[in-house]
Amino acid sequence: MNSVTLTIDGKEVAVTKNATILQAARSVGIKIPTLCYHERLNPIKSCGMCIVDIDGSADPVPACSTPAAEGMRVATHTDRLIRLRQDSLKMLLENHPLDCPVCDKAGECTLQDLVYELGVKDITTHAPRPSTSAVYATTLIKYWPQRCITCLRCVTACKEIKSIGALEMKSTEDGFNQLSVNTETCVSCGECLQVCPTGALTENISRTKGRSFLVKKVPTTCSYCGCGCQINLNVLDNQVVTITGRDDAGINQGSLCVKGRFGYEFIASDQRLTQPLIKRDGKFEAADWDEALDLVASKFTQIKNEYGSDAIGGLASARCTNEDNYLFQKLMRAVIGTNNVDHCARL
Amino acid sequence: MTNPLQDVLKSKVILITGTNTTANHPIIANYIYEAVQKHGAKLIVVDPRKIKLVDVCHMWLRPKLGTDVAWINGLMHVIIKENLQAQSYIDERTTGFEDLKAAVARYTPEFVSDITGLPVKDIIETARLFANEGPGSILYAMGITQHTSGTDNVKSLGALSMLCGYVGVDGGGVNPLRGQNNVQGACDMGGLPNVFTGYQPVNDIGAQEKFSKAWNVDALSSKVGMTVTEMIPAAGKSVKALFIMGENPILSDADGHHVEKCLTSLDFMVVQDIFMTETAKLADVILPSTCFAEKEGTFTNTERKVLRVRKAIDPPGVAREDYRIICEISERMGYPMNYAHASEVMTEVNKLTPSYGGVLYSRIETTGLVWPCPTPDHPGTPVLHTKAFTKGKGTFFAIEYRAPAELADAEYPTLLTTGRVHQHYHTGTMTRKGSALNRLYPEPLAEINAEDAKIMNIADGSYVNIISRRGRLKVKTAVSEMTDRGVVFMPFHFYEAAVNVLTNGVLDPVSKIPEFKVCAVRIEKAA
Repeated sequence: MNSVTLTIDGKEVAVTKNATILQAARSVGIKIPTLCYHERLNPIKSCGMCIVDIDGSADPVPACSTPAAEGMRVATHTDRLIRLRQDSLKMLLENHPLDCPVCDKAGECTLQDLVYELGVKDITTHAPRPSTSAVYATTLIKYWPQRCITCLRCVTACKEIKSIGALEMKSTEDGFNQLSVNTETCVSCGECLQVCPTGALTENISRTKGRSFLVKKVPTTCSYCGCGCQINLNVLDNQVVTITGRDDAGINQGSLCVKGRFGYEFIASDQRLTQPLIKRDGKFEAADWDEALDLVASKFTQIKNEYGSDAIGGLASARCTNEDNYLFQKLMRAVIGTNNVDHCARL
Repeated sequence: MTNPLQDVLKSKVILITGTNTTANHPIIANYIYEAVQKHGAKLIVVDPRKIKLVDVCHMWLRPKLGTDVAWINGLMHVIIKENLQAQSYIDERTTGFEDLKAAVARYTPEFVSDITGLPVKDIIETARLFANEGPGSILYAMGITQHTSGTDNVKSLGALSMLCGYVGVDGGGVNPLRGQNNVQGACDMGGLPNVFTGYQPVNDIGAQEKFSKAWNVDALSSKVGMTVTEMIPAAGKSVKALFIMGENPILSDADGHHVEKCLTSLDFMVVQDIFMTETAKLADVILPSTCFAEKEGTFTNTERKVLRVRKAIDPPGVAREDYRIICEISERMGYPMNYAHASEVMTEVNKLTPSYGGVLYSRIETTGLVWPCPTPDHPGTPVLHTKAFTKGKGTFFAIEYRAPAELADAEYPTLLTTGRVHQHYHTGTMTRKGSALNRLYPEPLAEINAEDAKIMNIADGSYVNIISRRGRLKVKTAVSEMTDRGVVFMPFHFYEAAVNVLTNGVLDPVSKIPEFKVCAVRIEKAA
């Protein structure tokens, strides 16, 4: 038997043998709240959100790590479970500053969403932790210790997805847990940023930080290596303010590297070429499009007439789109009349 | 790639060679780590540098630079001698096995050890591991191809994979990791001197007729054109004008001084780019174009998956999309091209290109499609050669080892090899423009072996001059165990220490790829 059948909230569910209760519930659209759980990571079990009741067990069990068993009867939303989840969130909020108005993550913060969803009220807040100034995890990533709920997603992702293990949760002298980074091994890929459910890890580059409800998210493909990672360009006022990994089961599954995540500043560089240039007496002068294009077309035509089509060569580009390249070789072959077309595949 | 990116998760053994995957294809490296650490796959690294993946591998072979055919033949020798090959697969699906067997007969572990410097027992152990633990996947990159024997290296890896029956199976295959976002697509679209789109030969009469009819021209040239590595030396001679779109050969081609001299002798040069690159500076006309965030279109990744690119922002100034600039030039040369949107270009590609026939924009809105995808209802083809090889039977090529074109000698006693670092990309045009990546890796560093450094009295972080027969440069050193004795490594992202002034422009006879990965240099302490 490769499958087991269990009952979740009165609904019969059949799943493959090694599936967890959480996976079984999700497969039929039953939503169990999670916070530290992440599809690509082994269960962390630090947050207590996904607890469920199973018949025959006095204490609730974590759905993320409990395997589904034949005949198991599971309840996911009893009053007791809801209260326990609320209590867990309250405990997290006791030490989490409610600085949502100034937090980059507001609007896409899992903690914020869960507090809202579970209707947590009457929050006792402790006096904020002694304000340690923002610790820099790396030059590109900023760590906000007070916002950190020590869920260990970042630590686990660094180890399990990136196989780097540069992050560690250590206790500080005042008794709190705090993230520490091994700067020797960290490569600033930002996987920790991507998986952080709160605003405890934020990007440390662009001044303008578009919040999720203000930015336009444009799904596209990374333009560095040949992996083809799926990304969102987060755009505010005609500017790419951040890049986030987009889940594509076939390629990057949300993961990115340091170039893909942080290498976007060139887009808005003031060194970008903004107008056509024509060289006269060894110096470039600005020209309008008509002038530049007329010159190019007439020179190509003249050289073609004088020396033949094969006196012209074209380098297409491994950096441009398929459509750009298709028309480039069409221009070289159909219009100029030569097969002298190549690109930097060899280099 | 014959197989998808994540296929390594199904491999029992993974052989990577000539790819510093962690630095250059970090996302693929993730899956290699996962395969090894979660699924227990065995990893074999064959690389002259002590790359990051060596930390988790089961076998690390560190051959001398440019001795790839020798060690691959050595592995095949052991596999055949111990009768570990997939004989029924070989009988059914391949030809040329007897030739291969005869050719590798003299590549005994001892003979190979003499050429490569690898220990005899490592060669034997690696061969057994690779053959016995299937399915086995081979991943390689420019460390294999950028040699005068590059084509031989690739064919040899293909033979090794076929010998073990690993081509056309899940978790197997021969997988080149392509270094640029759309190098696969540029090839697919006919950005090559010998083929139209989808690798239809320019000298094939059927293809000629098809394209001349579709493009409404009387005739198309059937003469195979020049490669970039042939065009540039011909500049100022038979080639009078060059149109360069989004490339920077001054930094990316071998023997940079020579490239510069060639390009300046052209009658007319047009560069279409987003930055004033080292190459653009030599142009007569510069046309400002758009970057990936400013245009619509598609890229084809290294696993042949066609993926959407979308416009997120407006371009700076009056810069225009590359394809629109091309249309404008074409119209002015008397051949109007009218496309309202990039998708209309793809529609034309669909009609003319069997492998892209079913790659419609409407089908790739959320995820890509892997070619060959001939019809609108075809699901795409993630694994190639599953039942038979595309061309029928797979051929074993009997290949002899040839030494690199330039070896170390008394005057130039050290070997130089080149590559990329994690933080930068290619000629640095993009990655060096912002502050973020420069904070991590601000300046070029030449990796020098610690023992060599000690003998030469070179301290970590001090400056050296590196001199080859073609040029010289001054660069800061990083003394480490990354490179072997007698080997120095330099990245090629940096115009201020442009390593391509040193590299050897001599080409692989078939692929016309320069031998970036081996040339002889001399290292001197800088004043």
